[in-house]
Amino acid sequence: MALQGDFLNHADTLRRLSVETVLVKTPADLDVDGIVIPGGESTTMSMLLKSSGLYAPLNDLLRNGMPALGTCAGMILMAKSVTDGRPDQVTLDAIDIAVRRNGFGRQVASFETELNVSGIKGGPMKAVFIRAPVVVKVAEDVEVLARVLYNFADSSERSVPVVCRQEKVIVSSFHPELVGEDRLHQLFLRLL
Amino acid sequence: MQIRIGGVENIVDKSENSAKTTGGYSVKRGLAEMLRGGVIMDVVNAEQAKIAEDAGAVAVMALERVPADIRRDGGVARMSDPVLIEGIQKAVTIPVMAKARIGHFAEAQILQELQVDYIDESEVLTPADEAHHIDKWKFTVPFVCGATNLGEALRRISEGAAMIRSKGEAGTGNVVEAVRHLRSIVGDIRKLTQADSAEIYAWAKTLQAPVDLVREVAEVGTLPVPLFCAGGLATPADASLVMQLGAEAVFVGSGIFKSSDPPKRARAIVEATAHFREPGILVNVSRNLGVPMVGIEMDNLEVRLSDRGW
Repeated sequence: MALQGDFLNHADTLRRLSVETVLVKTPADLDVDGIVIPGGESTTMSMLLKSSGLYAPLNDLLRNGMPALGTCAGMILMAKSVTDGRPDQVTLDAIDIAVRRNGFGRQVASFETELNVSGIKGGPMKAVFIRAPVVVKVAEDVEVLARVLYNFADSSERSVPVVCRQEKVIVSSFHPELVGEDRLHQLFLRLL
Repeated sequence: MQIRIGGVENIVDKSENSAKTTGGYSVKRGLAEMLRGGVIMDVVNAEQAKIAEDAGAVAVMALERVPADIRRDGGVARMSDPVLIEGIQKAVTIPVMAKARIGHFAEAQILQELQVDYIDESEVLTPADEAHHIDKWKFTVPFVCGATNLGEALRRISEGAAMIRSKGEAGTGNVVEAVRHLRSIVGDIRKLTQADSAEIYAWAKTLQAPVDLVREVAEVGTLPVPLFCAGGLATPADASLVMQLGAEAVFVGSGIFKSSDPPKRARAIVEATAHFREPGILVNVSRNLGVPMVGIEMDNLEVRLSDRGW
């Protein structure tokens, strides 16, 4: 999905894996086998999803099981429910989780770390969190593939999910596409 | 370690407790990457910030007066009052940037304490130092700086800027200078990629920029940080023009709130930036936007803001 955000970083990552990519901006571009929803500003993307006419057909495709990968804003847009968003913000409701926007804090709290992701071999993954969403609830049939132990602003240290998967939808709070990390993309490609 | 969440067994290992670093370069540049394809709008109060967010802005820039008013009223232009910045931060959920004077690291320290999301070390405000820019590596908060050419862009990056924008000529409603700066930066990058290893040193001398950065640009073919466009944009067509010339996102200052219908124009510029190669969409969003800001010709300018910065 190429309405706004770091979609070119995702396209480059997929191209390095020899995958043919299409920049999806309008419904006419939706002749694809899977979709990546990039990082960016979720409220802007939500508005552009509606005005471009992409929202309804994309919603149908996801409901019919099209594989999808979402990072950061992509996680927010695919979550079932969003707190601290805008009241008019749409969600694609493709994965049964609840998220809080900017849940780790403002930009000065944005951080990088290294994480092992369950089912992904080859050592820990470099994970860059930018004003990232926090997963506050996951349904029973959602797999949590990675977590982060974080000291939140209210001084409570909590372990929160940061990579989740439900059937053919994978979402992460962080941005593998920013650091040349392609293993989450490979996991997504195996769902196609 | 096994953790039970929502009834499903999940294997999660100790890496969840790995060290977490704030303020690193990937994190600083990362937010700029997230803003790509979007519009950052100048606002002077919470009410304007709401209008900007409603219109789909990816971020707002807090300043005490829009550049057109700074130009008209004259006097020293400084960082905004913290109360205004806090009001804007409370009013919107998108990133809030704010401007500091060139070289005024104390203003930048205050803005970092206020937890603004990006600092613009900006020529639109009156410079505080005629020789030095802020040492931006010392800060956790990321910085954007203006540039008129590739050398200036690379000097700012060497000082720690994590995003570059063309300077353009702010507050004029005239896009000609932004186009000049963008063409200069993008054109020189194109030429630089053709240089051989010996020519890189001559380029570094001409550009007055660190040779390592010059070599990196020659090898990769882009700046090491996102390149955005600012200065004089007033219409959806202006946004499309600069995006097609290689800008990765746009800043709009006076162009929105000095026009007759700010919400509608703001929304139109957001659509035009997202769909900058689609003439059909550009026609639709350009219809009936009301009166744009009047604008000024370059020959009639008393002060050239883009000459500020060293």
